[in-house]
Amino acid sequence: MTVLTEGSTKRRSGYALRPPASVTLICLFGALAGAALIALTVGAAGIPLARLPAALGLWGDAGAGPSLARDQLVLWSIRIPRIGAAAMIGALLAASGAIMQGLFRNPLADPALVGVSSGGALAAAAAIVFTDSQIGQNFRFMQHQLLPIAAFVGSLATTVILYSIASRSGRTSIAIFLLAGIAIAAIANAGIGLLVFIADDRQLRDITFWLLGSLSGATWPKLATLAPVLGCAAIACLSIARGLDVLVLGEAEAFHSGVDVERLKRISIVLVSAMTGVAVSVCGVVGFIGIVVPHLLRLVIGPAHRLLLPTSMLLGAVLLVGADTLARTIVAPAEMPIGVLTAAIGAPFFLAMLLRQRGLVSL
Amino acid sequence: MTAILEAHSVSMVVGGATLVDGIDLCVAPGEMVAIVGPNGAGKSTLLRMLSGDLRPTRGQIRLKRRDIQSYPPRLLAFHRAMLSQHVNVTFPFTVEEIVHMGAGDAGRAAAQRLVDAALGEVDLAHFSQRQLPTLSGGEQQRAHFARVLVQLACGEAQHGPGLLLLDEPTSSLDMRHQIDLVETAKRRAQNGTAVIAVLHDLNLAMRFADRIVLLHRGRLAVDGGRSDAITAETIRRIFEVDVKIDYTEAGVPFLLPQTMRPAAAQ
Repeated sequence: MTVLTEGSTKRRSGYALRPPASVTLICLFGALAGAALIALTVGAAGIPLARLPAALGLWGDAGAGPSLARDQLVLWSIRIPRIGAAAMIGALLAASGAIMQGLFRNPLADPALVGVSSGGALAAAAAIVFTDSQIGQNFRFMQHQLLPIAAFVGSLATTVILYSIASRSGRTSIAIFLLAGIAIAAIANAGIGLLVFIADDRQLRDITFWLLGSLSGATWPKLATLAPVLGCAAIACLSIARGLDVLVLGEAEAFHSGVDVERLKRISIVLVSAMTGVAVSVCGVVGFIGIVVPHLLRLVIGPAHRLLLPTSMLLGAVLLVGADTLARTIVAPAEMPIGVLTAAIGAPFFLAMLLRQRGLVSL
Repeated sequence: MTAILEAHSVSMVVGGATLVDGIDLCVAPGEMVAIVGPNGAGKSTLLRMLSGDLRPTRGQIRLKRRDIQSYPPRLLAFHRAMLSQHVNVTFPFTVEEIVHMGAGDAGRAAAQRLVDAALGEVDLAHFSQRQLPTLSGGEQQRAHFARVLVQLACGEAQHGPGLLLLDEPTSSLDMRHQIDLVETAKRRAQNGTAVIAVLHDLNLAMRFADRIVLLHRGRLAVDGGRSDAITAETIRRIFEVDVKIDYTEAGVPFLLPQTMRPAAAQ
């Protein structure tokens, strides 16, 4: 028997005080705009706020010259695609975490924690090595598509394996789920280790980038891969929101309430894999966004997925834009891998969550 | 009157063990049937088959003249509602949100009316904004009963009398709320719903059910009115307990357990 209850401590006396949905959404949009603005101005090449409109080519006169040209170059070819990628990846990771938690009825599920991201990274790393091989040369023309597709397939395989191990006759054992996730992550990491071993220098650089996670490779073509996936995911999220709510009662009860549970599970698994896989293919393994964001939001707006999924996307975007700005400024001109940064912040948060629920968890 | 639910020689075999063995059962609209029996008699398994959740190994179950396995889940939910024994909610949904889940995609205003009425019926109106996981087991059970009532009401509004299945609905309730819940189910039956409840308390079953179905080792031992189904002899044979049966002034039978293990006493 597993009892795991979130946000239910006695001192809050169990009453739900939630702000209206519109207030939450407006605040999050505001925060996203603010984070983007800060991210535009700071960095190795600082662009003061006053110069921003001119540098963006909007209005104002900052005085032409080589420095304006430099600022324009920095903004349009580096900073804007990077901020866009950070926002979209944050949205994908946070929402895929929320869906996975709904699917497993457990607030501790996170694609990065249970090896889904590692599975995607393994497939991506394999694709990198493969495209350099003799047979792989023929596939070079589709290298841009190959990485996201490989990462998606890797994530999907991992999620399906995880689900079939952890759930039996409609019940999901959380202990088995987390332990199986650890084992799968270990297997995937062993596979990546093997690829690192056989990779040449250039491949090694590419693979390392995947393992630590970085947004420095964000370019306009990559945004073009992210945007449609995010758009489709956002629409799909709305269609499964009610099903995920009812699924909290258990699979049999959700069926009794009229939910097509098998269909819901299939959609959720494909969705989580696609969102995680595409995010991994652009920036590598970035952990804990998927666990921190939905958890914080449930404390404020409650667990109903109709609001939780879109707000997770927004808060995930805010956090990753913020984290990426931090990652590229604290050790400037060098850059800290963002996966390291989110783990450094997210892991203690995860432990605090465990401690808070210690009395209520039984594996 | 035509039956809402017909089960024809339904069996359930899991890994060589026969949990339910060739049971025939017909339930008409307006009837309240109690399923009783010792632990492991197959009561919950039978109920889960009647809900369409488990597919019988042999036999067929027809709901409103159609094979229950052929209903898509959404349509089935309009015709039958089921309260499971243990429902464990892990996220901090409020009582009201949980009860709302019964309403499916019904219109907001209509759903809210049904939710408020159901919360009143289970005596939880004052807790509607509480987070469900912070409530006691009995209060949670009542909240889930309210959810099931809302689902039943939504279905009956569109498709006429439905089927209400209750799996040990009183297991963690105090005496007052046990009676409350069974009386609420009884009122539904009087309005035409077919009610089937797995009950442990034989007195509660005899007090409220029109018919008692007694299961023993997966087989149907007795199916009848409350006086002919429950006799001291039957109880001794099936439950292995000596009981005394008496009648209230209104003629309702009640029983008082005497000693265990009558087999040794004989």
